[in-house]
Amino acid sequence: MRKGVKSIETKHYEERDSFFDGLRRLDRRAFMRIAGLSAGIAAARGLVTPQGFQLISVAEAATPSAKPKFSFAYISDSHLYKKELNDRFVRSLLKAVDDINRLDPQPDFVLYGGDLAQLGQKEELDLGKEILKGLKAPVKMMVGEHDWFLDMGEHWRGLFGEPQYSFDHKGVHFVTLMSVNEKDFWTERKMTPMERMQTVAGLDNGIQSRFEVGPAGREWLKRDLEKLNKNTPLVVFSHSPLYKYYKPWNFWTDDADEVQALLRPFKAVTVIHGHTHQVLSNQIGNIQFHGLLSTAWPWPYAPEGLPSLTVPMNRPDPFSNFDGCGDGRIDVLESGLVDKLYNLWDRNPVTVKSSYLATGGKQDRPPTAKLPPY
Amino acid sequence: MHVRNKLGIAALGLGLGLGSLATWQTAFAETPSPLPQHRVPKSSDGDVVVAMCDGETTLEVEGVKDPSTITRDKAQAISDELLLAWRKKNPDARWDAPPPKQQLVAQANPPQPPAPASAPVKKAGETASSGADEAARRASANIQAGHTYGAFSERDEAIWKESTEQAVREGHRVFHDAKAVGGTVAISCDMCHPDASNTHPETYPKYQVQLGRVALLRDMINWCIENPTRGKPLADDDPRMKAMEAYIYAQRKGVKLEYGKH
Repeated sequence: MRKGVKSIETKHYEERDSFFDGLRRLDRRAFMRIAGLSAGIAAARGLVTPQGFQLISVAEAATPSAKPKFSFAYISDSHLYKKELNDRFVRSLLKAVDDINRLDPQPDFVLYGGDLAQLGQKEELDLGKEILKGLKAPVKMMVGEHDWFLDMGEHWRGLFGEPQYSFDHKGVHFVTLMSVNEKDFWTERKMTPMERMQTVAGLDNGIQSRFEVGPAGREWLKRDLEKLNKNTPLVVFSHSPLYKYYKPWNFWTDDADEVQALLRPFKAVTVIHGHTHQVLSNQIGNIQFHGLLSTAWPWPYAPEGLPSLTVPMNRPDPFSNFDGCGDGRIDVLESGLVDKLYNLWDRNPVTVKSSYLATGGKQDRPPTAKLPPY
Repeated sequence: MHVRNKLGIAALGLGLGLGSLATWQTAFAETPSPLPQHRVPKSSDGDVVVAMCDGETTLEVEGVKDPSTITRDKAQAISDELLLAWRKKNPDARWDAPPPKQQLVAQANPPQPPAPASAPVKKAGETASSGADEAARRASANIQAGHTYGAFSERDEAIWKESTEQAVREGHRVFHDAKAVGGTVAISCDMCHPDASNTHPETYPKYQVQLGRVALLRDMINWCIENPTRGKPLADDDPRMKAMEAYIYAQRKGVKLEYGKH
């Protein structure tokens, strides 16, 4: 292709992005004018309005509590091997970094959701750090079990610091938890560090223990939250889902009930978690939960325990390297809750809104999958 | 050519299920021990000789040089004659004669079990579901024995089960090992299919839209080996392919077969 000439696809996406970005900045009256106009054009051409759910989301943005206050982006579960061994996962992470860098306006920060490495090796983690340096926005790191169980987090901590920390941003309190601790299953079996790592790396390997934040982590969380006003919006990052979805695959946190009890007194609480590599939504009491997409591969939905509020994503096409994978964006609203955008590569993006979860699925239902999981 | 023709006729099989069972272990061994062979004497006139699967009994078909000229009725007569010879040699063996025709007709309306609602529900002790009555009935039953499927014991069944589980375990190993499956990018099957989930073997054969043709489970296994794991496809009879099929099917026990499903 000649230099400086954009492909039809690139032009299409640029136009589309600027169109929707423009819409987001409109007030209600201007929006209605545009919406009427575009509906008119669509009707004249005999088309239905494309991206209907996004138009509706803009109409609602007029109510103050549903207005985005700020946004952050995420990348998760890249499972890097050494680049000489596997280039595909490397290319996927690079693609995600490009995606995030193209966002305009830039997100306030980027959450990395854990499992940067596949087997916790030095070269894998170093490679991941190098690639994430390419992000324009600052990065908040979270650890996953694949990063941890070779040297029990030694190298990861050297690169990124302590895995459990909190910070405040524009009136929202953020907490990053280390939720993938496991009770010792390796000493008794006389496993080498690599055997331990490979056991944990097998999702269906039943020898390993279940994930937990653990007593020390919960104590730290309790002390961290003590000083906060209960009206402060709270966003918690954990690698494993902070609830009990499917135990055999560790889609599970064993002390989830105890952790949820610490979060319950707060008015607006959102948990963002990695590990499950799929579109996943849940609400338990006042706590809303959102999963993250992986850049490496999608996991199938577990055979049981899927939260009823989850609208499953369409089946990933095994013939595409990237299908079912992706990255995304999280819009923190004035209400303190979040709308979660799943940027599924090569597909229409899916937004799961806080209002969808808060109304028990009555409003703003995301689009249904055409083919259900087997 | 003559020898091959003879084998062709023997392979007609004629439904004499007297052969010994090959176990999974034998079938999966990388270097299987040679199976016993039936050495068939040659006819002095060049007639066709038919061999029986007991490994001993043979029959020369008088005046027939070309086995392809044997009609079905003639083949049935040969089969009957061979069986008669075998039963003379083994007067004590119990051989089940084929069921009479009217019994086959009766299968169109199999007896229905009584409706469960009519049975009184007992909360404890011996209940209908604990199967005590059934066990007692079976213990005193007059069971046919004396041939392969009438002579096995609980120990045999345990061996069969263990042989099967061994095949499944080997499949589990290959499925969870990127090197064993021949991949070159350290990706193993379980990384996308924990517990063989989302492999849906019960839906094959089906038209695989992305391939543009009808595919079997093994075609998709090979597709995954070639693409995500970047290995070389396995032969249909590769022990690893058989083992993986065994493992994948074992994970879907009880799921309805629905070939062609999308």
